[in-house]
Amino acid sequence: MSNITYLPGKEPDQREHRLIFKNIDREGWDNSIDCYIKDGGYEQLKKAFKMEPQAITNEVKTSGLRGRGGAGFPTGVKWGFIPPNNTKPVYLICNCDESEPGTFKDRYIVHQDPHQLIEGMIISCFAVGANTAYIYIREEFPEASGILEKAIEDARAKNFLGEDILGSGFNLEIYLHRGAGAYICGEETGLIESLEGKRPYPRIKPPYFPAALGLYMSPTIVNNVESLCHVKHIIGMGGEEYAKLGTPRNTGTRILCVSGDVKKPGYYEVEVGKITMGELLNDICGGPKDGRNFKAVIPGGSSAKIMRCEETYEIKNPDGSQRNLSFYDIPMDFDTIAACGSMAGSGGVIVMDDSRKISWVLNNINHFYAHESCGQCTPCREGSMWMRKISDRIANGEATPEDVQTLEDVAYQIDGRTVCAFGEAASWPVEAIISKFRDELEAETSEDNEYLSDEAKRQLSFINQ
Amino acid sequence: MSDSTTTKLPKDTAAEKGMVNIQVDGHWIQVPRGTRMIEACKQAEKEVPHYCYHPKLSSPGNCRMCLVQMGMPPRPNPGEDPNYDENGFQQISWMPRPVIACANTVSENMGIRTQGELVEKCREGVMEFLLINHPLDCPICDQAGECSLQEFSVEHGKGSSRFKEDKVKKPKNVKIGPRVRLDDERCIMCSRCIRFMDEVAEEPVLGFSERGTHTTVGVYPGRELNNNYGLNTVDLCPVGALTSNDFRFQMRTWFLKETPSIDTNCGTGTNINIWTRGNKIFRVTPRQNDDVNSCWMPDSHRLSYTCPSHDNRLTSPLIKADGVHEETCWANAIAAAGDALKQFESSEIAIIASGQQTNEELFMMRALAAELETDSVSIIPHTQESDSMLISEDQNPNTTGAGLILGLEDPTQKLEAIKEGISKGTIKAVVVASENLLDTDFSSEDLDALELLISIFDTTNPTAHASDIVFPGASSAEKRGSMINVTGRLQKLNAACTPPADARDDWEIISDIILAISGEAPEQAPLSVDQLSEIVSNTIPQLDGKHLTNISELGEAIIETKITIPLLDRENQRIANGEIVG
Repeated sequence: MSNITYLPGKEPDQREHRLIFKNIDREGWDNSIDCYIKDGGYEQLKKAFKMEPQAITNEVKTSGLRGRGGAGFPTGVKWGFIPPNNTKPVYLICNCDESEPGTFKDRYIVHQDPHQLIEGMIISCFAVGANTAYIYIREEFPEASGILEKAIEDARAKNFLGEDILGSGFNLEIYLHRGAGAYICGEETGLIESLEGKRPYPRIKPPYFPAALGLYMSPTIVNNVESLCHVKHIIGMGGEEYAKLGTPRNTGTRILCVSGDVKKPGYYEVEVGKITMGELLNDICGGPKDGRNFKAVIPGGSSAKIMRCEETYEIKNPDGSQRNLSFYDIPMDFDTIAACGSMAGSGGVIVMDDSRKISWVLNNINHFYAHESCGQCTPCREGSMWMRKISDRIANGEATPEDVQTLEDVAYQIDGRTVCAFGEAASWPVEAIISKFRDELEAETSEDNEYLSDEAKRQLSFINQ
Repeated sequence: MSDSTTTKLPKDTAAEKGMVNIQVDGHWIQVPRGTRMIEACKQAEKEVPHYCYHPKLSSPGNCRMCLVQMGMPPRPNPGEDPNYDENGFQQISWMPRPVIACANTVSENMGIRTQGELVEKCREGVMEFLLINHPLDCPICDQAGECSLQEFSVEHGKGSSRFKEDKVKKPKNVKIGPRVRLDDERCIMCSRCIRFMDEVAEEPVLGFSERGTHTTVGVYPGRELNNNYGLNTVDLCPVGALTSNDFRFQMRTWFLKETPSIDTNCGTGTNINIWTRGNKIFRVTPRQNDDVNSCWMPDSHRLSYTCPSHDNRLTSPLIKADGVHEETCWANAIAAAGDALKQFESSEIAIIASGQQTNEELFMMRALAAELETDSVSIIPHTQESDSMLISEDQNPNTTGAGLILGLEDPTQKLEAIKEGISKGTIKAVVVASENLLDTDFSSEDLDALELLISIFDTTNPTAHASDIVFPGASSAEKRGSMINVTGRLQKLNAACTPPADARDDWEIISDIILAISGEAPEQAPLSVDQLSEIVSNTIPQLDGKHLTNISELGEAIIETKITIPLLDRENQRIANGEIVG
């Protein structure tokens, strides 16, 4: 890869390991199929067709690839959930509804390297036995959808899609479906409902696990864009070789999207767990803005729990002993971040420095989730808006200290009681921000704020008449 | 357990019967495999509060009120045998997260807690969320008194509110169809009405719009809720969001008395409750009977109840003198009827009974025919195309019963002969009950040609006008009696109110006419309709001794007619497919 040069000003950092993003910002690169093929594209597909489908799944299992969409579930294991005696068609869906605040990796893949995704999808479809695949792309990616449409067409023209692909006897059609502009469409069962033409109300699990009862009640595999791209590389280098990247149980590379108060925000593809939070923020991203200090970081998209930068975490080693880990020493992997009480999620690292008022951060997040709650189940529908209304008052200095307590109670009343993970996505940030910054939030409240809603005031004036 | 090889474990004995053992709040019970947790709790007599769950509809699990704590035995390590306690059960390890009881099914050795801190906190939380944007307008809400929100709020809610913010405002008093009104602010988005219209009525006109806390239920643009089963959504609505125009603001529900009865608008015999205060009917609602009408009824039947206060009710016996009806007392009218009938030969008399009459009334009609020694007895057929739901082709509620009581394969078979007799002038006197002859094939010339026409009606009609003697009878809501529906099910009517003024039960009227003719009481003169029913059941062998006092409110299948109810067929298919609990 030494002969690859990148556009000036877009050169990757020394510590990066560009696998998925190899062609992003590459000098002389365009998203055409010719350019992709000239670079050795679709060679892994030919290799995959010489393998048994089960062998591909086994390679993916060996590679230890964990889903890059947010939950970090092992991809190969997910593929294995298709019922063995299944007689229905199998569907594969690429979740390109990248809408987690702080995450912007998939858009670069589909904009600059769409054939990498398509190749990964074809291999994955071959592995799971799907003859129909969908790319569910969010409404807000209009240009990307045009690029993907063209890429699918070009791939079909070269018989990478369609009937009897490259003489393998395998048929596959990929359809692009544009979403309708809702965050909940990124939830896999919500996505499936949306694809079926309904409101994207997430389904209850059990019984509607997509691998058994997914799209049109048939077995369905839903994978993130980045995860599907990794499949191509796993076939290319072999599962065992791939597993050598990163750290045990946290293999491969992943793209971290750093946004917020750092000197060099952007996307960085690194080996999972090989760099620490400190290296990422201070070295790769150039540290805090001049005259500022880091205050807090959300490590995996807005639904991950916030972390305070001066904190020390007590975590368990694999052998059971305890060790202390300062914030900057946390390796950027799935397990350690989870052990520190947050999650690696979608890789969206949101950095806040000491110029940020935490009540504003809280309110901003609450606004997002109150706006995006689908409204299907009670706790999330009512709770997300209630949290927003309380945090509105905290941010405006109209709250009393007990409002902070109410807000925390409301968050815990949502957590774990909803149909889908949106409940946690909406309540975890609130729970974490209150537990880590309670003093700062309470300092913005006052016992004198005897808040009455307009409605209550009107009622009182009516009674007092 | 050392003797586990010799004695069977509970799981094995249960499995032989297709059952599983589950523990509900510490007590072990056996339930069929595949039972939903919420139904299993019901079998264990533990209530699990819920809003969105309905056994006849799919389970979206969206209200989150039925959250319970679930536990399973720990999975043994490879090569390790599970441990059983002295009763043969494994220890249950409880999950920290609650699960919904409505959509999950039980499995062997599962534990369910419907009590305890976790479950109570969940319910309290959901109740609080449901109420923060609810208008809390119970004092002016029709649902008050039968509102799940009120009930569960008392049981599981907080006493006070922590909500200081402005509530979300939504459309109120929306006319979504000719019979139903919607108050979106009261709606808790359980989606029962939407699912009913999709899955049962099969006319999906309802849906959600907007999202999050602004979600509102409504009809699709340009559509309205005008399905003949639309009012069932009002019954389904656990809160006061959907109200019936008919019942809206009419009466607080706690003043109403409910009487279980059956609908007499068609041969299905839909089970209903009649809601009355004093002698007035305020509404009719379907009563669950899985062998007849499931939980539903058609709007056209629901709204057809007649009140005793209706202007056209007959309230006293009438005798026609010089072409004008004059009110008279019962003694006069009965004596006049007896005397008049005695003037005719047996062959000159016909009795036109009705498929609207109960078995007991028909039995008395048969007795009257026997007394008059005529065998010209028939009922009049009423048919209409079935709606492939609950409304049967047969519009008579008791054709099957009429056949049985009159001892005729087809209880309408003698109608043609009677008609011919009237037009030829061989039949000169007719006793008719509950059938407006001019609504059928009879013409007014036919009636004019008769020398004597005696009728029993609850309301006035042209046939009553043409009659020489008119007896005021009871309406179906005022009767106790039995009928047999199209599927051969013996069912009960109960009197929800009493006949107005001087009107009387039909069977008493006929009984008195028989007495007036014979001049002496028969040996077995019944003193009450229950006694009469017992006599009927002893006389008609097919009834197999079943009468009003020994059949349940759900009735009993007594004969095989090979007719099924289309809606039930579909429901049973959905149960078999596992889509609904049933």
